[in-house]
Amino acid sequence: MGTLVLDTVSRWYGNVVAVNDVSMTIGPGVTGLLGPNGAGKSTLIHMMGGFLAPSSGTVTLDGDTVWRNEEIYRRIGLVLEREGMYDVVTGWQFVLANARLHRLPDPREAARRALDTVEMTDAKDRDISTYSKGMKQRVKMATALVHDPPVLLLDEPFNGMDPRQRLSLMRLLQSMGDAGRTVLFSSHILEEVEQIAGSIQVMVAGRHAASGGFREIRQLMTERPHQYTIRSDDDRALASAIIAEQSASSVQLVTTREDTRALHVDATDYAAFIRVLPRLASSRGIRLYQVTPADESLESVFAYLVAR
Amino acid sequence: MNSTVATLTARSLLGHRRALLLLALPAVFLVLAVISRWLAGEDSGNTVVLLGGFALGTLVPLLGLIAGTGAIGPEIDDGSVVYLLSKPLGRHTIVRTKLAVAVGVVVTFAVLPTLVAGLILSGGSDRLAVGFAVAALVAGIAYCALFLALAVMTRHAVVVGLLYALIWETLVGNFVPGAQALSVQQWALALTEKIVGSSRSAELSITPAVGLGAAVPLLLVVVVGFTWYAGRRLRSLRIAGDE
Repeated sequence: MGTLVLDTVSRWYGNVVAVNDVSMTIGPGVTGLLGPNGAGKSTLIHMMGGFLAPSSGTVTLDGDTVWRNEEIYRRIGLVLEREGMYDVVTGWQFVLANARLHRLPDPREAARRALDTVEMTDAKDRDISTYSKGMKQRVKMATALVHDPPVLLLDEPFNGMDPRQRLSLMRLLQSMGDAGRTVLFSSHILEEVEQIAGSIQVMVAGRHAASGGFREIRQLMTERPHQYTIRSDDDRALASAIIAEQSASSVQLVTTREDTRALHVDATDYAAFIRVLPRLASSRGIRLYQVTPADESLESVFAYLVAR
Repeated sequence: MNSTVATLTARSLLGHRRALLLLALPAVFLVLAVISRWLAGEDSGNTVVLLGGFALGTLVPLLGLIAGTGAIGPEIDDGSVVYLLSKPLGRHTIVRTKLAVAVGVVVTFAVLPTLVAGLILSGGSDRLAVGFAVAALVAGIAYCALFLALAVMTRHAVVVGLLYALIWETLVGNFVPGAQALSVQQWALALTEKIVGSSRSAELSITPAVGLGAAVPLLLVVVVGFTWYAGRRLRSLRIAGDE
């Protein structure tokens, strides 16, 4: 149990499409929702959490529609990225209030357990306004866990955490996934996602770009064409040598912004190109001044996945 | 009603010394009442001017605005309303509870001061204190329902509410004859007229634009209608993400 199904879900605001025709199934275990900023991850999580109606398509949890279904929150724990907190109360009072709002049979015990899980027992009696960002994030987690839900949705949960807190939250999410809960968290950092997520859903520009295990996603990203800017003492000779090889699809002689000449190379086989380039230069007596990956931003990596 | 929602709402409304700020307006009002009584003695005419003008015309709408919008507006603005909405809790229950807390604030900081000021000014004669306190109570409930719904409908509820309270209720409601029939203040005044008695009310210039027969249904429509609508809107409330 605890399977979220998105069926051809789109969401638009006027003329702007935030999420475009996304279908995916999120089952038990840890799933990472990966994508650059503005990819539609938060919009998707808001729809999964019942805080936004899909413009078209449906979001269901175990067959029940999520939108306008208050009862769904017995099964969902939610941590959104940007919500404020009731900073006039202490951490304990806040988590306890959340337990009471869930009408749990023993709210005090549930609150104690949730605060213990996120390691906030020692600071529980301090006002929330005195907490650091990481502490606030952990109290948010406690409110999402207080009713022991089978599904946990977290929007950028590692933001603002120091490395120790990050590690501790990663362990927590992993143990929850191992216990059979459905844990979905969003992030724009691949390393973060691949450390704990058994499966990864990649979103780019509102579209579902790829899905699979982290090895598949990593492979997709490393196998994509890589662009390099190369400067040498004989660009023309180097260009003809590169194009004669199999590892590059195109070579372009360009004038850079600094008014110097350079080569733009599209390498189809990234690993082979890196091996062959020094050999080519050396065998022809060409001196390499600069070899720069021209297009290594995460956005470009994601853009490749979409265009694939 | 939900006691946890009520506690959180009350803490948001009154916490961090906000209660002291809310006390400022009724304190000024009571000081004015004492000065007026001291200078002019017991006087029903003065009582009507102060209770009708200051209490019903300014204190109650302003407190209704602060309490009505404050009961839910800041939570929607900073997103903390998510903690209420992500619970298996009826949206109408949330709205009714918040309305009750807002009304409690208006009773404490506007209705009771109106009663006390009325007793100071009139010494209990002509039942003016009770008449205006009851009017303040029903007007307070109507304002709270109206402004709470406004806070769910728009992020600019305070500005819109202030414009409504100042322009419609104070200016248009007082001076434009036709518009007076659509003023919460005038509906509430119909109750004061009933309690004080119509002949004495006429002598004291308590002349509501509508009769009790119209005022009560209109007040009910505003309170029930806006409360229901706020609950309905809360069911579809969009919590804006960063994207």
